[in-house]
Amino acid sequence: MDKTKRRTLKVLGGTLGATAFAYALEPLTAWTKEQSLDEFLQRHYKELSKSELEAVLRRIEQKTRETYGVDVHVTDLHPQEGVEFGYALNLSVCIGCRKCAEACHKENNHDRATNNSYIRVLEMDQGTFDLEKGTTTYDHAVPAPGKYYLPVQCQQCDNAPCVKVCPVQATWKERDGIVVVDYNWCIGCRYCEAACPYHARRFNWQKPQVPAAELNPDQGYLSNRVRPQGVVEKCTFCLHRTRAGRLPACLEACPTGARVFGNLLDPDSEIRWVLANKRVFVLKEELGTRPRFFYFFDT
Amino acid sequence: MSLLQPGELNLSYPRFALRLVRRAFLGGVRFYATMTVLTCVFLVGVNAWAHQLRSGMVVTHMTDHVSWGLYIANFTFSVGLAAGAVMMVIPAYLYEDEEMHDVVLVGELLAIAAIVACIGFIVVDMGRPDRMWHVIPGVGRFNWPISMLTWDVIVLNGYLILNLHIVGYLTYMKYLGVRPRRVFYLPFVFLSIGWAISIHSVTAFLYSGLGGRPFWNSALLAPRFIASAFITGPAFVIMLLYAIKRFAPHFRFTDEPMQLLASILRVTILVNLFMFGSEAFTLFYSGGSHAASGRYLFLGLDGRHGLVPWIWTAVGLNLASAVLIHSHPSRTNPRVLLAACACAFAGVWIEKGMGLIVPGFVPSTLHELVEYAPSLVEWRVSAGVWAFAAMVLIALLRMVLPVLSGELCEARPSLRSVPPASSRRESEVS
Repeated sequence: MDKTKRRTLKVLGGTLGATAFAYALEPLTAWTKEQSLDEFLQRHYKELSKSELEAVLRRIEQKTRETYGVDVHVTDLHPQEGVEFGYALNLSVCIGCRKCAEACHKENNHDRATNNSYIRVLEMDQGTFDLEKGTTTYDHAVPAPGKYYLPVQCQQCDNAPCVKVCPVQATWKERDGIVVVDYNWCIGCRYCEAACPYHARRFNWQKPQVPAAELNPDQGYLSNRVRPQGVVEKCTFCLHRTRAGRLPACLEACPTGARVFGNLLDPDSEIRWVLANKRVFVLKEELGTRPRFFYFFDT
Repeated sequence: MSLLQPGELNLSYPRFALRLVRRAFLGGVRFYATMTVLTCVFLVGVNAWAHQLRSGMVVTHMTDHVSWGLYIANFTFSVGLAAGAVMMVIPAYLYEDEEMHDVVLVGELLAIAAIVACIGFIVVDMGRPDRMWHVIPGVGRFNWPISMLTWDVIVLNGYLILNLHIVGYLTYMKYLGVRPRRVFYLPFVFLSIGWAISIHSVTAFLYSGLGGRPFWNSALLAPRFIASAFITGPAFVIMLLYAIKRFAPHFRFTDEPMQLLASILRVTILVNLFMFGSEAFTLFYSGGSHAASGRYLFLGLDGRHGLVPWIWTAVGLNLASAVLIHSHPSRTNPRVLLAACACAFAGVWIEKGMGLIVPGFVPSTLHELVEYAPSLVEWRVSAGVWAFAAMVLIALLRMVLPVLSGELCEARPSLRSVPPASSRRESEVS
């Protein structure tokens, strides 16, 4: 092969390769259009100044308007002084109706198609506490005879495995005991999802789809705002509600009053009464995660 | 560099590197054909990844129940490959086996390519690769020393730099025709031995540190990882040396290093089987719900047995490799040795890949049984990463081997300026 022929072939090959590469990356053009430089350069939540955070909140509102066609209000409520939240659930009263899971689904702007929720309810056989014998996929009238029901959501552990493993501190425990995620900082490695012993974390495998009419406009930066694709999310005890003195959506939806929520530091709170007077326990205590979510049997 | 007289160093290191890179792009028809095929596979992977990035990881078959899959399985395996490749440094330098020195460089090149694969598999597994900068210490927020993943970032990148330095320095000295000064490489060589152990231990700690996943939460995991690294590394290098012998016969390696690697394999394959058996014994003899993942993996659970054929294939391959490598013909017949290596390599790929990662998630922490099998997109992306790593390996070998053989050195002008076409073709690795 002479030199010019060889060179021509090389140039041809190079051009072909470059074209093929550009073609292979073509799906990214649509993706890059959705990314903004501000979003890319945004610092960690804890490093944002007041005005920077304000700008971020407005940007999220605007983006939600553009994408979902709804005016929403994104707030950033801070933990209150002297408040540490705790949650207790009365297993004798719970009937497994999953109203809590449904309320969570709506309140937290979960993806509609996957029917996502931060709460999973296990139907358990009376006489066992072996999770292996429970099922989440029951589909019959409740409560079924011989069964009891165990709703599980984020236990807001004091020694949270998910917080430990995060390589970029995108998730942390707030002063009021709530474990939160900065959805704009999470890199989507899902190590926390592997670390959580309670299946409390969810990953946004795709962009959440919520019809405009169903979008909850009362949103928190660290809680129920519409999450970006490719990041991890979790139950935040509805901090956009609870930090404003309201109750979590799952509690309000419960028809049997099985759920008790309140301030652990307030000696007169109902949650403190439950802890003092009921035989409470936590899930997987042997793992040393120190949950803030308690269970008890009434009878 | 005191061995050099002023003015002797007429080629700076970057120019040396550039010359080698240019050399890596020259070759015969077979070379171009191989690289074209690999490029095509790589591009198919790039396309699948771009698609995954746009549509979301919903195009994989991972779920909130099985949140890591083929990518992390391949990542774990390639960390082992990278660690194992450098383990050959031990006989070469600790026992001053001169024959091994060139082979060690091949091992280090393999380590570099394997680390490239590791980084590739981590990037494709990330939901937000655009936020990669969050992991850069000092720029993002690096959760060190608490998060094991940050340790992994440090040890993997450190290992890459360490190996690039050792290979780069030794090759450069050979290129200049100067005897390498021990102080510039020996400390790093010994460091890399310890470091090789650390990359695979830290990767094991990623999993074994999770209290909520009983299948991984075993102190034996890190030793098991090391044992299997001592299998994949030597096995791959033996196959690689045969490939070099076959396709580039003028690079002469004696059979001795290969036999040494085979002896290493004879021990490590058995050690690995023993640890595998210990783990299985503990799981099944004590029983209880902690054994659920093990039951799912080996026997199937509640009518789900997606991994059963995989793991028994791995067990079969591991046993076959043990029998083959301990049979007498493995010492005389290269085919038997190669078959043993191939079996061992494939067996560990399953055992330390899908066979390790997926059962950690099945059943889930709330004991839900959701199975996982990789999607086509995941297979494509993974093939793309492997193809890229293979190209890196081939390019590195084609850069370094001609220097080691003395074909390419500072004294000689570059190949481009050698006039007769016939002699030129001969000197190329085809």
